[in-house]
Amino acid sequence: MSFWQKYIFSTDHKIIGIQFLFVSLFFLLVGGLLAIQIRWQVGFPGKPMPLGGLLPESMAVGGVILPEYYIQLVTMHGTFMVFFAIMPLLVGVYANFLIPLKLGTHDMAFPRINMWSFWLALLAGMIMLAGFFVPDGAARAGWTMYAPLSARPDLSGATLAQQLWCVSIVVLGLSSVMGSLNYITTVINHRAPGMTWFRMPLSVWALFITAILGVLALPVLQGAAIMLLFDQTIGTHFFDPVAGGQALLWQHLFWFFGHPEVYILILPAMGFVSDILANGARKPIFGYHAMIWAIVAIGFLGWIVWGHHMFMSGMNPMLAGTFMITTLMIAVPSAIKTFNWLGTLWRGNIRFHSPMLHALAFVALFVIGGLSGVFLAAAPVDIPLHDTYFVVAHIHYVLFGGSLFGIFGAITFWFPKMFGRMMNEGLAKAHFALTFLFFNLVFFPMHMLGSGGMMRRLYDPTQYPHLAAQQGTNVFISVSALLLFASQSLFIVNFFWSLFRGRRASANPWEAGSLEWSAPSPPPHGNWGGVTPTVFRGPYEYSAPEAKNDYWLQSEPPAGRPATGSH
Amino acid sequence: MSYAAAATMERGPSSFGVYNLKLGMWVFLLSEVMFFTGLIGAYIILRFARPEQFAEPGVVLNVPLTALNTFILICSSVTMVKAYAEIERGNQKGLRTYLLATVVLGLVFLGIQAIEYTVLSHEGFVPMADQYAAHGRQGGEAVLGGPLYGATFYTMTGFHGTHVSIGVFCMIFTTIKAFRGGYSATSYGGVEIMGLYWHFVDLVWIILFTIVYLI
Repeated sequence: MSFWQKYIFSTDHKIIGIQFLFVSLFFLLVGGLLAIQIRWQVGFPGKPMPLGGLLPESMAVGGVILPEYYIQLVTMHGTFMVFFAIMPLLVGVYANFLIPLKLGTHDMAFPRINMWSFWLALLAGMIMLAGFFVPDGAARAGWTMYAPLSARPDLSGATLAQQLWCVSIVVLGLSSVMGSLNYITTVINHRAPGMTWFRMPLSVWALFITAILGVLALPVLQGAAIMLLFDQTIGTHFFDPVAGGQALLWQHLFWFFGHPEVYILILPAMGFVSDILANGARKPIFGYHAMIWAIVAIGFLGWIVWGHHMFMSGMNPMLAGTFMITTLMIAVPSAIKTFNWLGTLWRGNIRFHSPMLHALAFVALFVIGGLSGVFLAAAPVDIPLHDTYFVVAHIHYVLFGGSLFGIFGAITFWFPKMFGRMMNEGLAKAHFALTFLFFNLVFFPMHMLGSGGMMRRLYDPTQYPHLAAQQGTNVFISVSALLLFASQSLFIVNFFWSLFRGRRASANPWEAGSLEWSAPSPPPHGNWGGVTPTVFRGPYEYSAPEAKNDYWLQSEPPAGRPATGSH
Repeated sequence: MSYAAAATMERGPSSFGVYNLKLGMWVFLLSEVMFFTGLIGAYIILRFARPEQFAEPGVVLNVPLTALNTFILICSSVTMVKAYAEIERGNQKGLRTYLLATVVLGLVFLGIQAIEYTVLSHEGFVPMADQYAAHGRQGGEAVLGGPLYGATFYTMTGFHGTHVSIGVFCMIFTTIKAFRGGYSATSYGGVEIMGLYWHFVDLVWIILFTIVYLI
């Protein structure tokens, strides 16, 4: 195969996963760059930002961020992180890379559709990024694009960029549906002999349910984005009350997509963490079946809770009670998962390798984010807290503390399988320690700021007397945020250094049980060289007394039976 | 289709006895269901919120013409089923005839929809809020309904028309392949998934015709 076929227009699921990895890490960096600019402005309003002089006059004058640019920053930070960093990192990278390897098959069900899914995602990202380079600046109605601000250029001050946002989301939705139908078909039809539903690793279960959510949720957002685009371009008024449209309709459509999306952003991380925790604790995952039913329950409940984003929107207050109860119900499967993780760790012979540290952090931080979620789910508590930094703290505890720590765990865990080299363990641990520390220093004080009434997306807190006393906290957060961002350089250095210079990885460096560890690192095209492994057991058989290495690979036959592979 | 026939088309074991292409199409159609659910849901909400913007059935829209068009689309679903039945029995000639008939019926549907759009926009029934001036088929002075009527009508029927166009486009390739003898009694997955898509588009139209034109 030529270089182009092998690495660029590849249909190999592993290459596509790696392509997604590089692209979405780039967008993660973009999102981070936007975030530290936000923190500069909130911490040091009116002060010229270092290197801010490089920005054009329409964004910052003399390095001082303009309000018009600030709202673009918060809009695009949310958009990039949700749609182009976290979602593809969890699903685009690991659903592609792991599903065929963990199920014991040579590739996805539709390799060419898979390739298109990647290129459409990249196209969507480029369209979104183009927003910063059009004359009137990037989209600026918040990542939730609430109408009528998003629908009317005369209100938002942006014409083309708002349209680019809608077009990008429609293209991304197409990419997501193509990817998801691939994952679903592969999981149903391409399991190796012996790989029954209840021998699948929890990461595959989580990715499978996530794919179902993606197939059902993204089209609703696409439809809504197209209607919004019509409002902006041909002059319909779906979401503009001036001509009879309904601003609330946008919120309903957006959050009907948006809440399943929240679980798209966390379920895969829960799956990865389950794999890593069992591996690090050297114990079978506690309550394997309960974990699966909890994933299914979260996936189902995610469809009937969207109104909790709209308690204060003017929606009929009668509905708030309903949405509050369904939302609080999600705490049940979430708690099942948390206690099962703790049960897995209980009396385990824990190996504190860097993926394990990230997984442990995931559990701790997800619990904090989950508990602040219970606050916000309760309508009476949400009334004072909505639209404050308490919400910002909550979303970052689940999306950064949860999803992103899960992603860092996954990257360090599967890096040897992806590239055939180990990451540097010392650098990985240092990166983990600094990220964990500064993450908490940034986001925990935001709970206090929010309770103190600091509004989110606020340009200049010093303008408000009730926030002036808290400005010290804001400065503290901003300094911590800069340090958090700087700490990521350890990850970048480690990633690229290990890519070329890392220690060669064996097939199974973590002594794990699932099928991908029975293939060479990195696996060749076709994964097992034309042989399909046969599966004899579940994926978490650690500390098995009769096993010779204290764990069983799924493809190892019971004692006394020869290993077989079918061609 | 027998399981053995399916297995010859795609590799790998199958949990539900549904081969890859068909399963993939079903999942894709699920996403399409959600897409139209979003649009139809928005329509229902807007119509209940602003009943005065929606004219009485048949006053602005030409119901008899569209009823004829609905009949044509249903007929095209019948010819699609016949095409599938013919190739299942290995009848190449029947497959080609019925596929061709389906393409023609699809094109007729699109043609009638294009005529309908032209006439309606001449009568002032347009999606643009500031240009909306629907006087209805009787041509009176009063403006009937409001801009949401035009906007929802063109969005829903327009997206359906787009789906029919894509269907006809793909069906043309299926037909060309059929004329080249690309399908047989043991290998006709392409015809089957084309049929699934076509019936879905037909079903969506029956729902749209009911809620947009009749009630």
